[in-house]
Amino acid sequence: MDKTINQRAWFLVLPVFLVVAFSAILPLMTVVNYSMQDTFGNNQFFWNGVGWFRELLDPSTDLGERFLASLWRNLFFSAVILAIEVPLGIVVALSMPRQGWSVAACLVILALPLLIPWNVVGTIWQIFGRPDIGLLGYVLNHLGFNYNYVSNDFDAWATVIVMDVWHWTSLVALLCYAGLKSIPDAYYQAAQIDGASRWAVFTAIQLPKMNRVLLIAVLLRFMDSFMIYTEPFVVTGGGPGNSTTFVSIELVKIALGQFDLGKAAALSLVYNLIIIIVCWVFYTVMTNAGAERRTNKGVA
Amino acid sequence: MARIDLVDLAHSYSGNDAALESFALKPISMTWRQGGAYALLGPSGCGKTTLLNLISGIVTPSRGKILFDRVDITPLSTQKRNIAQVFQFPVIYDTMTVGQNLAFPLKNRGVPKVEIDARVAEIAGLLDLAPFLTRKAQRLTADAKQKISLGRGLVRADVAAVLFDEPLTVIDPELKWQLRSKLKALHRDLDLTMIYVTHDQTEALTFADTVVVMHDGRVVQSGTPAELFDRPAHTFVGYFIGSPGMNIVPAEVRGREARIDGHTIALNRSYDRLPREAKIEIGVRPEFVDVAAPAAGLLTADIERIDDLGRVRFARVRIGDAKFAARVPPGFSVPGNAAGLVFDPSHVHVYVDSLLVEGTA
Repeated sequence: MDKTINQRAWFLVLPVFLVVAFSAILPLMTVVNYSMQDTFGNNQFFWNGVGWFRELLDPSTDLGERFLASLWRNLFFSAVILAIEVPLGIVVALSMPRQGWSVAACLVILALPLLIPWNVVGTIWQIFGRPDIGLLGYVLNHLGFNYNYVSNDFDAWATVIVMDVWHWTSLVALLCYAGLKSIPDAYYQAAQIDGASRWAVFTAIQLPKMNRVLLIAVLLRFMDSFMIYTEPFVVTGGGPGNSTTFVSIELVKIALGQFDLGKAAALSLVYNLIIIIVCWVFYTVMTNAGAERRTNKGVA
Repeated sequence: MARIDLVDLAHSYSGNDAALESFALKPISMTWRQGGAYALLGPSGCGKTTLLNLISGIVTPSRGKILFDRVDITPLSTQKRNIAQVFQFPVIYDTMTVGQNLAFPLKNRGVPKVEIDARVAEIAGLLDLAPFLTRKAQRLTADAKQKISLGRGLVRADVAAVLFDEPLTVIDPELKWQLRSKLKALHRDLDLTMIYVTHDQTEALTFADTVVVMHDGRVVQSGTPAELFDRPAHTFVGYFIGSPGMNIVPAEVRGREARIDGHTIALNRSYDRLPREAKIEIGVRPEFVDVAAPAAGLLTADIERIDDLGRVRFARVRIGDAKFAARVPPGFSVPGNAAGLVFDPSHVHVYVDSLLVEGTA
């Protein structure tokens, strides 16, 4: 069949093209431009080539040291978050009721932390943990723990991690709950017949049936915790010292604190690249999992 | 290996206080003997799956008791009852291989590994699964998966009974025959009590020695396929079993005669003192009514159409308002729209309020 050629369709794409150009492409190109230059203010720029990138990946320079330190710190943070939130979310989902009014009640309670704006979460915990007026800080100090997130690295980390667990475990739990709900009763009945223990039911049925939602949960939580800014910034401001300075906090310090546009631009491009790669992995794994499911259905 | 007794067993999904008429399973008492091959046959919603789930313990009965070898096991959980069940849709453990799937029920019960391996190999051999033992179960076709489910049901040698809940629903027709004969062979080899739930009469009649027909939460008849065919105890059994089903028409029955639409049909036995108020019907299978040329003394009917089933032809006829099916004898060509019907008196049964009554000789 002959296709009718109608170039007017391009006009329909034009608005989108303009919006994307002004909202994404032009700013991105500006960042790329900055990342190749150095500035001493007054809008004077000097060509620096790939100098910033070389410094960024070289730990012996100040920029590289700060970037890599915050990167490892951030990856460690993400790993701890995942190690706590995923098992905890599964446990919460498993212990949720399956039917009755309590289901709705549980869902609402679980959803509450997810609905709170991030800077409010930060403020809540910032006050909650203060040794002088915060419930948590006050009680801990009166129980004999010398807890102070402003001066102690470990306390600062603990506060940020507990805050993130409080904020985001619900997401993992809700996703897992959805996964659990989709398992037909026959599986549980068959497991009963087969004499499976509670643990065997979990490893042989529930965990395998949840693996897709778990994958989504892990990747979402990884991305979010890797890009975390607001909550730790509000609570600790990246301190004490640099101990809770994650990549995004470091980036803002360089860009807006020191006004080193070149360094900040280079850092943000590398940061962006890391996130895009993770996105790509996420996308590929998800579509492959989907394709596998389709072929399985085809065979069935 | 056990004899299973049901004592006044009944179940309602809305609790014990519900009206008895609304029970999914009305009170029944019956015995399943060790080593029998039973089929529970009935339309959807007749309570057969409920009965099965009561025996396996997935559902706890509202009333009554279940005995295995005269021991009351009603309060025991499914795990503690020694029973195997295969479900309508394949249930497989995705992360395991076929072999691990088959071994799962034994492993959970702490059977020694040597015994597990031997038993898994035996069952896999019987079900033609041996070549797939090391394959991941997840990637197999639906019928292979259902074979694994069947295998898991059969792998334990010591079970009181193996229950099948319409296990061949997802299987292609051709393979259905093979699997059903396989199950029958397994039944002979393994000496297990098997209870097979189905709504397909062919499946029930080919699989079982004893077919238990259920209707509206009640067991209406239990007997051999021949008994169900020759002497249906309830009009429901008459038209549910057989294709086409039994002809059941209202009639006046007096002594050795039944009158339909002014015509008289001879009966083999004498029926006196039938209750006056009751609904009286006669039932006769189409196989025992022949179409003949209209003649004096024969009941005449209008032929609506002829169904040619290949080996046999059935005429769909009308007597007054009643629809009727009758066999067309081989070589007989239907003369016109009217035909006479020849009844075989020994196969004409009388039903009072849907239940078979025995006449006197």
